[in-house]
Amino acid sequence: MTKHLLSVDDLAGRDGIQRILDLSGSFLEVTQRDMPKVPALRAKTIVSLFYEDSTRTRLSFETAAKRLSADTMTFSVGTSSVKKGESLLDTVQTIEAMGIDAIVVRHGASGAPHQVAQWSNASVINAGDGRHEHPTQALLDAFTLRRHRGPSLDGLNMVIVGDIRNSRVARSDIKIFAALGVNLTLVGPPTLMPSSLEGWPVTMTSDLDSALNETDVVYLLRIQQERIGDALFPSLREYTSRWGLTADRANRLKPDALVMHPGPMNRGIEIADEVADSPRSLVTEQVANGVAVRMAVLYDLLGTGGPVV
Amino acid sequence: MTTAPPPLGASQPNPTLQNAGAVQPGVGHEFVSDATENLGGVVVLRSRVFDASALRRSITRIGHEIVERNYGAHEVVLVGLYSRGVELAQRLASSIQQVEGVLPQLGMLDVAFFRDDIGLRAVSPSGPTEVPDVTDKIVVLVDDVLFTGRTIRAALDAMQDLGRPRAVQLAVLVDRGHRELPIRADYVGKNLPTSLAEDVRVRLGEVDGGEDGVELWGPKEGLA
Repeated sequence: MTKHLLSVDDLAGRDGIQRILDLSGSFLEVTQRDMPKVPALRAKTIVSLFYEDSTRTRLSFETAAKRLSADTMTFSVGTSSVKKGESLLDTVQTIEAMGIDAIVVRHGASGAPHQVAQWSNASVINAGDGRHEHPTQALLDAFTLRRHRGPSLDGLNMVIVGDIRNSRVARSDIKIFAALGVNLTLVGPPTLMPSSLEGWPVTMTSDLDSALNETDVVYLLRIQQERIGDALFPSLREYTSRWGLTADRANRLKPDALVMHPGPMNRGIEIADEVADSPRSLVTEQVANGVAVRMAVLYDLLGTGGPVV
Repeated sequence: MTTAPPPLGASQPNPTLQNAGAVQPGVGHEFVSDATENLGGVVVLRSRVFDASALRRSITRIGHEIVERNYGAHEVVLVGLYSRGVELAQRLASSIQQVEGVLPQLGMLDVAFFRDDIGLRAVSPSGPTEVPDVTDKIVVLVDDVLFTGRTIRAALDAMQDLGRPRAVQLAVLVDRGHRELPIRADYVGKNLPTSLAEDVRVRLGEVDGGEDGVELWGPKEGLA
């Protein structure tokens, strides 16, 4: 890997992705031990810099860092000098002056982690930036699916449903699953579809029911009410009836089809309660695997003394 | 990128040449040594330390020593270090079973995340750690070559997280000297004096493909 993980592109394609997924498998084994901690990143310091709210991603990164014996510091905007008007640049320089090895950044602005990477000597990991990317989510999704359908995901059919246009998870997932050979179909209201497919090897439709027939995996995106602003579909009830994974729709899936969601779920909107808690649902497993995957990313960025040759 | 200082006559560090490194069997590359660096220049075979039968006899003898010293095999847990130590531990176990009628418990240990050279070079895990309950047992760590002792230091640290054995002992196929830590082996297949420029190459059929054997290789110009 490169020095930073800002985008799925930094993973250097299929081989690089597979390598991190394999490494994640080793760390999953570590997290399942009675003593789930190794001294691999002793004396490294990792800061999480979160300008947006997050539960699972921040806790997952911090758990991962602690299981590698790294020291962690948390920076939450609400309790920091950002409240006094400190700029991102000044904040990064302040953190940098304390001598740290990695910064985990979440920011509402697309590209903020790239900017931080230019200012900082530390490794920068993108934990979600605006509508751009969320590469560790993509890695943990691929890792989770690989544990059920792997090691090869070639030829698997996946439907991604929801707000594709505003979703950083969708963008990173499309990149990673396309690189791993998954056939992707994007489904959602036309107003929430991307204006261009950017050369992505995917098909698009607004008809969920026809897309679900042959699918092996349904990936539901969260309806991000904080990012949508104006009404881009008539009502939440309308959304659920056309694009929600209701119990009725789930019953028509292939018997072994799986359901994924990055969390937090809007139960009753994009996913029905019964589906979220059904055996098809990998949602809690995605969270559990997040720690192992983030251990692999931190280890790969900080533990090898440079790119692996 | 930082790398460990290369030994005499070394060229580019080769990430496939690691003590506990991932070894791909049968890929056709020359089989892997315990040295952390590739040897530069022309290397030639200096001596054949073990052929397949000598290696088998050596394992049989170590098995006898383990049961003699521990009054049987009931309390012994053989813990192999990846990759070749795991295979050697299995062979030791079957050898002990033939002598004692008891199959000792087996474990596999990956020490990658406990090494002290993380950050100096690429350290990759080799396999899952699976060790049975070692509380009040006698753990015998098994590895192919004992060199600097750093792998064993990492293994002792890893063992500490897995329980509190009554004792930990060490069995190696070859002790090539050059210790950098105060560590010694309890059971040794062969003490082999080497120079740092030389390379001990262990080949086990199940791990590396081909016929079992141990060879000593070194630079051609150093022959005199």
